[in-house]
Amino acid sequence: MNGDDEGVVGAPIGDDAMFSDGGSVDDPRRPPARAGKAPAAGGEQMDVEAYAALYTGRTKVARLLFIAERCGNEGMQLEALRMVHDEIKRGEDSHLYAEVVAKIGGRLGSQYDFDQTWVDTVDRRAELRKEKLENELSAYKTNMIKESIRMGYNDLADFYYSHGQLGDAFKNYVRTRDYCTTSKHIIQMCLNIILVSIELGQFMHVSNYVSKAELTPEQLDSVTHAKLRCAAGLAYLETKKYKLAARKFLETGPELGNNYTDVIAPQDVATYGGLCALASFDRTELKNKVIDNINFRNFLELVPEVRELINDFYASRYASCLAYLENLKPNLLLDIHLHEHVETLYLEIRHKAIIQYTHPFISVDLHTMASAFKTSVAGLEKELEALITEDQIQARIDSHNKILYARHADQRNATFQRVLQTGMEFERDVRAMLLRANLIKHESMLKTTKKH
Amino acid sequence: MDSVEALVAHIQGLSGSPAEVAQLHSLLKQSEDTLRSQAARLAPFLPQLDPSAHTLGYLFLLEAYSSEPNLREQADIFVSIVVEFINSCSTEQIRLAPEKFISVCKSFKDQVMQLQVPMQGIAPLRMALRKIQTSSEQLTPLHPDYLTLCLLAKCYKAGLSVLNDDIFEVDQPRDLFLYCYYGGMINIGLKRFVKALECLHNVVTAPMTALNETAVEAYKKYILVSLILNGQVPSFPKYTSAAAHRNLKSYTQPYVDLANCYATGTFSEFEACIQTHLEKFQSDSNLGLVKQVLSSLYKRNIQRLTQTYLTLSLQDIANAVQLKTPKEAEMHVLRMIQDGEIFATINQKDGMVSFHEDPEQYKTCHMIEHIDSSIQRLMALSKKLSSLDEHISCDPAYLAKVSSPTTESTERKWSMEELSLWLVFSVIFYDSCFLNCVSFYLSSQFK
Repeated sequence: MNGDDEGVVGAPIGDDAMFSDGGSVDDPRRPPARAGKAPAAGGEQMDVEAYAALYTGRTKVARLLFIAERCGNEGMQLEALRMVHDEIKRGEDSHLYAEVVAKIGGRLGSQYDFDQTWVDTVDRRAELRKEKLENELSAYKTNMIKESIRMGYNDLADFYYSHGQLGDAFKNYVRTRDYCTTSKHIIQMCLNIILVSIELGQFMHVSNYVSKAELTPEQLDSVTHAKLRCAAGLAYLETKKYKLAARKFLETGPELGNNYTDVIAPQDVATYGGLCALASFDRTELKNKVIDNINFRNFLELVPEVRELINDFYASRYASCLAYLENLKPNLLLDIHLHEHVETLYLEIRHKAIIQYTHPFISVDLHTMASAFKTSVAGLEKELEALITEDQIQARIDSHNKILYARHADQRNATFQRVLQTGMEFERDVRAMLLRANLIKHESMLKTTKKH
Repeated sequence: MDSVEALVAHIQGLSGSPAEVAQLHSLLKQSEDTLRSQAARLAPFLPQLDPSAHTLGYLFLLEAYSSEPNLREQADIFVSIVVEFINSCSTEQIRLAPEKFISVCKSFKDQVMQLQVPMQGIAPLRMALRKIQTSSEQLTPLHPDYLTLCLLAKCYKAGLSVLNDDIFEVDQPRDLFLYCYYGGMINIGLKRFVKALECLHNVVTAPMTALNETAVEAYKKYILVSLILNGQVPSFPKYTSAAAHRNLKSYTQPYVDLANCYATGTFSEFEACIQTHLEKFQSDSNLGLVKQVLSSLYKRNIQRLTQTYLTLSLQDIANAVQLKTPKEAEMHVLRMIQDGEIFATINQKDGMVSFHEDPEQYKTCHMIEHIDSSIQRLMALSKKLSSLDEHISCDPAYLAKVSSPTTESTERKWSMEELSLWLVFSVIFYDSCFLNCVSFYLSSQFK
């Protein structure tokens, strides 16, 4: 179909054999048999438990709550809420506990009813601990030892964080900034603030502190480096700068592993990065930065669907690519970060695919094309019309015979047209300018005569 | 020299050589007050003079006569006298007293309008205009009056003969405002929107220290014509005066709203917008133009379709541009083909329209001539530009301004900017061919 992708079709299969961890080796075209660990596996209902296992800390709770809210399926919702409940019970956030229990509403049996004694114990303990931390902090402050004050603030912030008072946690983490003495402290401070900000949804702070951390003179270790890349990618994703987001995710090193599960799982890096790259990169970029990127390939192995759809896209197998995307969609809509962007990204990817499809042809039969994109001819016509109007495809539609003809602008005519047009505009502007100049002259003459 | 009789005798005696005429001129000036006081009894003396030989004297008498308060009752007599005078007067002699001549013509115009026969005034006034004009580039105070009559008589074509001259020399900015505004209206009447836009653009961007009503009215029409022609209203160019820049939009709010609706909205929104401001448009007597804007929206949408489709059924066209029936769509397409706005053929058998590319191949004699004439015009313009540049660079006032930039007020700075732009332009023009101008123009900040 495309002349320039020789060897590409075969390549992914070979690579698979080298890198894959089983599952999809035998036939990468067929959707792999349920890789249970993937966050977005398969077209049917997602495996909430497997999904939750990818994350730790508050993000696990937040993601599960998000799923419970959005999934619209009672079984799944209860499953998610049950796991949230168990997770919270292990922590100390009594407010969230009350909320979750109210959401469960007794649907999970007596074991999940409101446990007043637990709440009381937690609250009492929290009260004591807070008092102790505050006392300690004021003691440190009177002693004026920088390091201790920093630790004091840090402890207090940690305490607030674990109790779900994110605003206070953020404030206290920021306060440690003045007491940081080494680069290590600065990086730690930045990572803490990034963590809280992501949960607060304040991505301005995220990108600020990412750049602050990257500016520290000391060489960052590769894990921190990867973490910062992910955080920056998330920040760009939220601000809809998909190309930049894709770059950041693609630059993430494989060292990330499971070190940042309180924010993002490596599977997410693959999904977010892959989709953003598809939506925003051109063909060569896609090849150089995604398909040939060894680091990123490791991530892609974790989510074979995304890898497959990227390869399909590059090899112009749009039907299969779009099928993968459709399969992924319900799960992606349940992702706490990606859900708002799914529609835009999908639309962009689709447009890219249509443009790429039409590019090498002089004429395209709309029926064939519609079946390749699994849509009706009328629908395809509308899409093409929009793209032609935006000047993204140079072609015209023969709506009678349902054929798309590429349109090659006649350079000579266009030049003549433009020259004549420009000449006319020029003439008009010069005339208007001469007139204005004469008016000015007249005015200044009046002024001088008035003066004398 | 008190009595009019004596004066008439002098006029008859002193209308030979230029020296005599000059003497007569000073004599007439002295007796201006006498003439004015006796305005009422001047009429019988006029037939004693020959308008072609005694032009100057005749002019003074006529001017005094025209200031008479109860002229109205004898309007038709006055009109016929003036017509004859304009036709036969000597060009040299009227140029000795142009303000008198213009005043006579102005009261002539008033009388014609009062008699409600504007058409009768057109030919004499054009003759008068040509006689008083020293070159075809000069704007006389008679220009706006002439165009007013053309507009009132709906003789738009008659207006064109004057409008086709390029005007560069202007004595009174007020005349220019009116001339361009009326010129815009005449061009609108003839549906020559490109020219109309040019005229109105001149009014809107002319240098002015305070906003005037003509500019406001012109801007209203400017918005509408821009919409018809280009589908959008350009923002003010940077040479627009500060007064216009600051105030124009607030005075023309309904029109600005309309333009916004046009850019973003659908038909229903646009029509609702017209309905809300209907009274305003009506009182500005711009409703006809507003309706043309509406139909241009259909045209624009159809034109867009020609960019995307090779063939399209009439039904689909009707759907795409929100027309009710395929029949209506056919009418629109047909009209556009007739006007040369699109290139298409309609196949009535299966209700299909096939759109074609512009068949112009730019290789006919006619086209070459057209291009050649355009090049000639540009070369003439560039010559004018360089002579003006020379003129300015030798002007002591300009040089003083350039050398002492410290004492500049903002207004001066603005005109300076304009002047230096010229310089750049003309330097480049001096030795360059057409294509160079084009490329320069494309890259220049002027765009």
